[in-house]
Amino acid sequence: MPEPQPPTLDVDRLLDDPRSRIIVCCGSGGVGKTTSAAALGLRAAERGRHVVVLTVDPARRLAQSMGLSSLDNTPRLVEGTQAGAAGGSLHAMMLDMKRTFDEIVEAHSDPDRAAQILANPFYQSLSSSFAGTQEYMAMEKLGQLRRADEWDLIVVDTPPSRSALDFLDAPQRLGRFLDGRLIRLLTGPTKTGGRAYLKLVTTGFTMVTGVITKVIGMQLLRDVQTFVAAFDTMFGGFRERAEDTYRLLQAPGTAFLVIATPEPDALREASYFVERLTSDQMPLAGLIVNRVHRSAAPQLSAARSLAAAEALETVPLRAGNGQAAAGGEDAGTPHPAATAIRYPLTVTALRLHAERMQLADRERRQEEGFTAAHPAIPVTEVPAQPEDVHDLDGLRAVGGELARGVRLS
Amino acid sequence: MADTCVTDRCRVRFAALRPGSRPARRRQDWSAGSDSLLEVRTRDTDWEGVRLHVVTGKGGTGKTTVAGALAIALAAGGRRVLLMEVEGRQGIARLFDSPPLPYTERRVAVAPATATLPGGEVDGLAADPEAALVEYLEMFYNLRHAGTALTRLGVVDFVTTIAPGLRDVLLSGKAVEATRRRRGGRLRYDAVVMDAPPTGRIGKFLNVATEVSGLAKVGPIRGHADTVQSVIKSPQTAVHFVTVLEEMPVQETLDGIAELRGLAQGGLQLGGIMINMVQPEELADDQLHAAAAGQLDEHDLDLGLKAAGVEDRRGLAHSLATELAEHAREALAQRAQRARLNGVDQPRYELPLITGPMDLAGLYRLAAALREQGAA
Repeated sequence: MPEPQPPTLDVDRLLDDPRSRIIVCCGSGGVGKTTSAAALGLRAAERGRHVVVLTVDPARRLAQSMGLSSLDNTPRLVEGTQAGAAGGSLHAMMLDMKRTFDEIVEAHSDPDRAAQILANPFYQSLSSSFAGTQEYMAMEKLGQLRRADEWDLIVVDTPPSRSALDFLDAPQRLGRFLDGRLIRLLTGPTKTGGRAYLKLVTTGFTMVTGVITKVIGMQLLRDVQTFVAAFDTMFGGFRERAEDTYRLLQAPGTAFLVIATPEPDALREASYFVERLTSDQMPLAGLIVNRVHRSAAPQLSAARSLAAAEALETVPLRAGNGQAAAGGEDAGTPHPAATAIRYPLTVTALRLHAERMQLADRERRQEEGFTAAHPAIPVTEVPAQPEDVHDLDGLRAVGGELARGVRLS
Repeated sequence: MADTCVTDRCRVRFAALRPGSRPARRRQDWSAGSDSLLEVRTRDTDWEGVRLHVVTGKGGTGKTTVAGALAIALAAGGRRVLLMEVEGRQGIARLFDSPPLPYTERRVAVAPATATLPGGEVDGLAADPEAALVEYLEMFYNLRHAGTALTRLGVVDFVTTIAPGLRDVLLSGKAVEATRRRRGGRLRYDAVVMDAPPTGRIGKFLNVATEVSGLAKVGPIRGHADTVQSVIKSPQTAVHFVTVLEEMPVQETLDGIAELRGLAQGGLQLGGIMINMVQPEELADDQLHAAAAGQLDEHDLDLGLKAAGVEDRRGLAHSLATELAEHAREALAQRAQRARLNGVDQPRYELPLITGPMDLAGLYRLAAALREQGAA
């Protein structure tokens, strides 16, 4: 008795629905997020929508296939698609997190102050290597694209975070950090004054600054203070922006797609992500399982295939072939030497097929682990491609598989 | 069976990795507990003198698994090895099927004992920057109390946030500390294996002194960073890259190696390229190309199926030919990626695809493969 199947994810309905404005592809590293985002974007564009794909860290050739040779933080029209014929268009851009950060600074302060901030060593470190900056800036860019309203669908691929959940938390973390009380206190009690200061004094404020100075050095603390002084007017804005982005993600019109491969780690991350999205009331559209292996001949089971291979290996060469199987028969045991096998290609094919069936079976069980816990989440599967995807044709093929909605196993 | 290992440094014929076949120079099984493991003391490995093994790789390539296998391989013959992770993922616990690791070193595996030597030991450690900072404060300033209070106040998070390089130097510093630690007159660990951040971040992670110097120009943390750097940029440390034979991971490996070569001016030693999850080639060369081109003799396949007594053969030969074609295209794609790696002048090790979930048996097989090829 087979498990009840989860609903099938109807990708085309999602892509065609004019109310779909943002699609977020998330999942652990190495599961094909960027490829999925690009394939979804291309398919939507070729079905008549005006699409921009925001990608964070694409493989070089994939980027080239979409005409993104330079990392310039601006959407570029992707040439060579069939979107025009359908009345759509496809743009794509790669995120430059430092430039996005710089642009926020420039947009929200006068030129002198902006120059001061941009030159601050602490700012430079923050804007290029803070753990949450990439996530924050990806969300910031998403917000900008959405507000520009030049596209009717934005497909975004999430940064390769340590954990898939960082993507939801990091923007708020950065916002909180920049807007935080601690950073203000550190920059001098005179700025904050009052109760908060006294409270920290009682918990050992002097010790805190003392240790911080000891560990990171006075110079850095001074850089932080200069930065905060210059950045002061923008602090509140940062938290607000983080909150705006968060609300944008919850809004109708946003759809999350969780991407995984049929492997334990990837599906475990997918499960965490699904649970988190649900508890945060984020609109989850479904699960995409990439690189699924299936057999072209599911009617021949692994066991029968192996048995057939073994049977062939014990068949001696015909006498008419001039050569009897050397030394195999007298012992009465199977003779695995390839030279004595009449149909070596069939044996190889049968063994490969058995492995393929076993692999498909393992993958199916992995997936069932997910669907048993989340039976209502729609699923679609994309078969493993023998070669890497690196051009529009390849992306189009992936898009076709995504939309087939056929459960493979 | 084609010998697909085209690298000169790769000393094991690839055929040896297939179940049922044997390497030309056969070693005893690990489980046999045989005296052959005594060779450990005398035989050459490619990384003689290296005590800190940094293992990096793109996400999804099996970095943690390979780090674990390397730790077991290094532990053979009564050696003590620390396997350390730095990303808070509890990957080691998962790999060895143990409860989550605290910030203490705990036994996670053994290498088999021999007749005359005790079994090797692998300890695991999940390092995190907060605990490392508290430990650091205690060690250098006797400030354990302060450290604990700071953690509670969220100050540690704050400090490691405003100085991202500090986070890294605390973690790599922990690895360096373990590498140099002595107990009872001898080194506590013969080797330390670090499951390091992925390829995209490894350059920054290892270049701590420079990263920190931009922030902390003087002071104790600077001194600490310099010490850490002097060990990382010494012949005692090697940085290994884990990849699979796919385009993106290979590209990241090449990029990462180029990046570290830039840093290596200061003495950073590149390690081996560990090619993980290599799929065996099942077809001879001529058949491989024929299959990839879709030119297999389906009639011959069908005759074989008939001879094997397979019932209901309708369309089956065609389906099997399709599967063979996919296999052949994958194999050729693997070869193309392997050829790209051949352009890099670093030792390469090939690890077979372990089918099914990674368990201890699989891990020991990978460890054996690493030893057979001289990685440990």
